[in-house]
Amino acid sequence: MEIFSNILIYFVIVPLVTLLGLAVCNNRGMAAIRTVATVGATVLVALAAYLVYIFLHERGMGNQAEMILQTSVMWYAPFNIKLALGVDGVSVVMILLSAFIVFAGVFASWKMNPLPKQFFMWFFLLSTGVFGFFISIDLFTMFMFYEVALIPMYLLIGVWGSGNKNYSAMKLTLMLMGGSAFLMLGIIGIYFHSTPEGIPHTMNILDIVRYDAIPHNWQMWLFPLTFVGFGVLGAMFPFHTWSPDGHASAPTAVSMLHAGVLMKLGGYGCFRVAIYLMPFAAAQLGWIFLTLTGISIVYGAFSACVQTDLKYINAYSSVSHCGMVLFAILMFNQTAMTGAVLQMLSHGLMTALFFALIGMIYGRTHTRDIREMGGMMHIMPYLGVGYVLAGLASLGLPGLSGFVAEMTIFIGSYENADVFRRTLTIIGASSIVITAVYILRVVAKLLFGAVQNEHHRELTDASWDERLSTATLILAVAAIGCFPNFFVNIISDSFVPVVNALKAFFPVVM
Amino acid sequence: MDYSQFLMMPQEIGLLLVFLLVFLYDTFMPQRSQRMLPLFTTILFAIYTVLAFIPMGFGEAFGAMFESTPATWVMKNVLNVGVFIVLLQAVKWTNDDFVSVRRGEFYELILLTLFGMFLMISSRHFLLFVIGLETASLPIAALAAFEKRYYESREAAAKYVFTAIFSSAIFMLGISFVYGLAGTLYFNDIAMAVTTANPLLIVAVAFVIAGVGYKLSLVPFHQWTADVYQGAPTAVTSYLSVISKGAAAFAFLVILVQAFGSIYSQVWEWMLYAIIVLTITIGNLFAMRQRNLKRFLAYSSISQAGYIMLGVIAYSTVGMASMMYYVLVYIFSNLAAFGVIAVIERATGKVTMDDYNGLFRTNPWLAFTMMLAMFSLGGIPPFAGFFSKFFIFMGAANQGTVAIYVLVFIALVNTIISLYYYLLVVKAMFIRQDDCAVPYIDSHWTEELGLTICVMGIIAVGLASGIYAFLNQTTASMASFFPAIG
Repeated sequence: MEIFSNILIYFVIVPLVTLLGLAVCNNRGMAAIRTVATVGATVLVALAAYLVYIFLHERGMGNQAEMILQTSVMWYAPFNIKLALGVDGVSVVMILLSAFIVFAGVFASWKMNPLPKQFFMWFFLLSTGVFGFFISIDLFTMFMFYEVALIPMYLLIGVWGSGNKNYSAMKLTLMLMGGSAFLMLGIIGIYFHSTPEGIPHTMNILDIVRYDAIPHNWQMWLFPLTFVGFGVLGAMFPFHTWSPDGHASAPTAVSMLHAGVLMKLGGYGCFRVAIYLMPFAAAQLGWIFLTLTGISIVYGAFSACVQTDLKYINAYSSVSHCGMVLFAILMFNQTAMTGAVLQMLSHGLMTALFFALIGMIYGRTHTRDIREMGGMMHIMPYLGVGYVLAGLASLGLPGLSGFVAEMTIFIGSYENADVFRRTLTIIGASSIVITAVYILRVVAKLLFGAVQNEHHRELTDASWDERLSTATLILAVAAIGCFPNFFVNIISDSFVPVVNALKAFFPVVM
Repeated sequence: MDYSQFLMMPQEIGLLLVFLLVFLYDTFMPQRSQRMLPLFTTILFAIYTVLAFIPMGFGEAFGAMFESTPATWVMKNVLNVGVFIVLLQAVKWTNDDFVSVRRGEFYELILLTLFGMFLMISSRHFLLFVIGLETASLPIAALAAFEKRYYESREAAAKYVFTAIFSSAIFMLGISFVYGLAGTLYFNDIAMAVTTANPLLIVAVAFVIAGVGYKLSLVPFHQWTADVYQGAPTAVTSYLSVISKGAAAFAFLVILVQAFGSIYSQVWEWMLYAIIVLTITIGNLFAMRQRNLKRFLAYSSISQAGYIMLGVIAYSTVGMASMMYYVLVYIFSNLAAFGVIAVIERATGKVTMDDYNGLFRTNPWLAFTMMLAMFSLGGIPPFAGFFSKFFIFMGAANQGTVAIYVLVFIALVNTIISLYYYLLVVKAMFIRQDDCAVPYIDSHWTEELGLTICVMGIIAVGLASGIYAFLNQTTASMASFFPAIG
């Protein structure tokens, strides 16, 4: 089997093997469950690191292919559906991000109770979907993995969540699946127009781009379908409403994985499927979605200012930051798009860190309402410092990841010469100030304010598993902030084909 | 008479052989051996199912009234697999005290109705089709009344028999109009004789659709479904919901395509279009409110029938392959769901959704099977239902008009609605905790085997691409099956 000689397939196999390993564990044998989960997550991180090495090595050797490590095996011959694998710079960093967050997520749910075995099984099924999505270059398998990643959320939130979990789980699942209904129609439409007359239709993204055969009038409605389909997962206004409820009810590790990785599937898909395959419609209709994402950015930030639940604050902040990802992608130039991927990385790590810390604080205080908490810096200094660092990354302090990403995005966006995009850039950039307002408000109240509840004085600081989980993420956030070039080098070349495809229809700034 | 033409119907002959052996066993074996009748039948049927996979004897018989083609051969095999699972799941139930006195009839009637369905699928003449339709309909009323001690069961039988007779009457009126127009009852000749629409033809086609549509419970011919499904014994309900429906779907395809193919776009495309939209939507909307799981699955199966019809409106070999595939997957998924319901109903008598609260804690494997069935019915990957939905949409969209894309979109939106109520069952089992959940059930090995086959089907049929490829290859040779659109 030729496909097993490709390292990429192991990103799907490893979580599945972990899942099977967990299946034979006993629910009472916590040690065995933890071992299996940790081994699985560690192997994933190692694989991801090795993949980065291979990628840099290949590019260093002068391999200029758009996608490397390509393998394609026929799956459903009647529809020409293949199991086609391949990665470019964007997918490589996304895989690295996912592996990191899965790793941190395992440690963040170290004391998971009840039914730890089932929790980790769903958790790894979700990871399977995420990795499978990033390694696929065939629309069908991509879509299949996308849905595999969505459905475990229902049970993860429903069974292990808190608060209004039934409502949130159902709302999240139905909204995301609603998005994927648009997507499925879009994919079917793309398939039947993928090739010129006489050539069998294909689902392979690279082939579709090569044939460039989707008629412009079809693009005009297939583009909105796919963009909205992925945009729902990317929390684009007005389809973002699942996000705050879902995050607030989800257990810690699930919030981490969801905000950290799953929402990136949306951004990645918008860029890889909607814009790349249908550049004409993207150039024609981009302004509509640009406006919507602009609203996401500002609206999310303002909403975060008035929330009092820590998770809601962070969820709205995610709406704002993920809005920036789609916003930058729609700016159609290499700088802004590179910034979008940096923002995905940065937001993924930083939000995961936020949710991990919130989960840890909640596990101690049993409240997430900032009005009922205060003075945490004295009580749990480790978690407090972590929170400040995450907050500073979020509001864009140089040296941490947020600064690099947002700078790149707004510089790239402003390069566009038209008034509409420049105005939107200015409006979008104002969200940085609003972000500072809500972050500093929380930090001041939660960490440095007066202690609200005397019982809180007896709480303990982070335990070793919690420290490991958060330290991994803090280091990663700092690494992006200090060595952005390493990532920019991996990412930026990937956008050349997209930008070239857009050139014919849009005055792209190079 | 040329007796060699019986060689053209190996599957029917084999089925009759099984029936005769079961009948002889039931009649002549001593009372103490009667307990083994269910197992005897099931094993015999299993052997027959395997043997029927050997392709042989394709051709016409009885003055071209009967035709066996690779496509009909596959359709019948799909049904055989389903019937085998139904028989397996019924073994324990037919040995219950009350039912056991009549267990012979149960198996004989099931086999006979299956024979009728085979005739429907293979017929190329309306006369033979009517014989098949009647054979496949009336014994089901007897089956529905099998638990005659219960009022609901008797009521179900009465409702079914009235609907069946009324629909047959309408169907035959439709045929007589067709005869008046075409002067023949051979499908192929009708397709050649009638190529332009006229009011009488439209009425005739509508009557034919109504006559078969009730068996598929297409809206607006679905009114009997919920009550009959609820009242009939669960083994019979599962037979009704997958086998009877699957066979009717295949027969529907055969009639509409072979006899009325030339007037596809003129007469029945828009009729079917409206029926599909109504069936999917109304089935879904009613399913949301059901608390009794058998009623719930009744409405869910109404909406599933709408999806199956997408394969007919596609009017292509791809659509035909996708439809067979859809029915196969639907058989596995629905039988898994009914299998779980049957086990729990047999052990505790509970069938409402609230009884399933916390099922995961006491019966994890039953809950797991039910969850897979719900995910597969809802079209969640990596389970087979996802693939069958995707392919049936692909088959329909292959037709290419904007109207079909709109139809696919309506179906997709309905998939989301259906996901909502399928998730309600998952929610009851996994998320709702209840102190008085169903106690641990020690299920019989036949029931476990039946459920295991279903679970394996749900997982394997999607991932193993060979099955769809085989169906596609089989139907690809059937291009001449589709008359040119006039």
